[in-house]
Amino acid sequence: MRILVNGASREVRAADLSAALEELGYGGAVIATAVNGEFVPAAERGAARLAEDDELEVLASMQGG
Amino acid sequence: MLKLYEAQLTSRLLLGTARYPSPAILTAAVRASGAQVVTVSLRRESAGERAGQGFWSIVQNWVRDLGVRVLPNTAGCHSVKEAVTTAHMGREVFNTSWVKLEVIGEDDTLQPDVFGLAEAARILCAEGFAVFPYTTEDLIVAERLLEAGCRVLMPWGSPIGSGRGLNNLFGLKALRARYPEVPLVVDAGIGVPSHAAQALELGFDAVLINTAVSQARDPIAMAGAFAQAVIAGRAAYRAGPMEPRELAAPSTPLIGQAFLP
Repeated sequence: MRILVNGASREVRAADLSAALEELGYGGAVIATAVNGEFVPAAERGAARLAEDDELEVLASMQGG
Repeated sequence: MLKLYEAQLTSRLLLGTARYPSPAILTAAVRASGAQVVTVSLRRESAGERAGQGFWSIVQNWVRDLGVRVLPNTAGCHSVKEAVTTAHMGREVFNTSWVKLEVIGEDDTLQPDVFGLAEAARILCAEGFAVFPYTTEDLIVAERLLEAGCRVLMPWGSPIGSGRGLNNLFGLKALRARYPEVPLVVDAGIGVPSHAAQALELGFDAVLINTAVSQARDPIAMAGAFAQAVIAGRAAYRAGPMEPRELAAPSTPLIGQAFLP
């Protein structure tokens, strides 16, 4: 299915967020995720089903003031 | 000793980590500043570059080697929902309940949306976050933030990154006088060490600096200069500064002066 990942259109086969992150190459990364504007805690990623056109944000630590 | 929530700190300089020329200079500046609290942020991570993973390991080195505490911000958030969601994500990534809460109202001044700020603070305090709200010198906003559960306030000096120093001295003094027991950290707009010293001399508990260090020609030297300024300012405050006068008062006594027509 096609979803948006950090604003870019991507094709993923995985049906849940945890598997999708692996598929997208985020395995092992320290990240935080939100789907359609809602925070999805790491512990709930396996249970979070993805749907066509979902908007996924994958964030990590960055410099900031 | 500075107490911010549960942290007992000896340094009154908090340091932001943005806009440095390189990670090496940033690390050296953190070290030179003596800061025990550094702000960090969250941004989109690319699976290929994994820049965030690199920065995360740098931050972990600081925590291990320098004992710094991490203060994630909600920079760039304009709505309550954005700020609250970002705070949740920051808590998970950085494993801390501390959050520097920014709800931005306008992009030229980057001033807080004080209404959204108070609402987001209320939500996050109720969820157990230790909220450090980036606010103005407005007394009523301060009252709402404290009512919401904030135990620290971070009033701006002047707009973020402007380097203009303490813009509204009257307002800042009024805030300090109104809440003598609340830790107040001047955050935003400090440009040179004398601004930081001034804030400490006025009785503010600490300052948060970013651009003034990161955009200096020599950030490491500037970080050291700020460290000294904060120590001087605090010592001056404790020493009880003289009262200013309108007119001159001679310092050398007149008695015993020679008559030399």
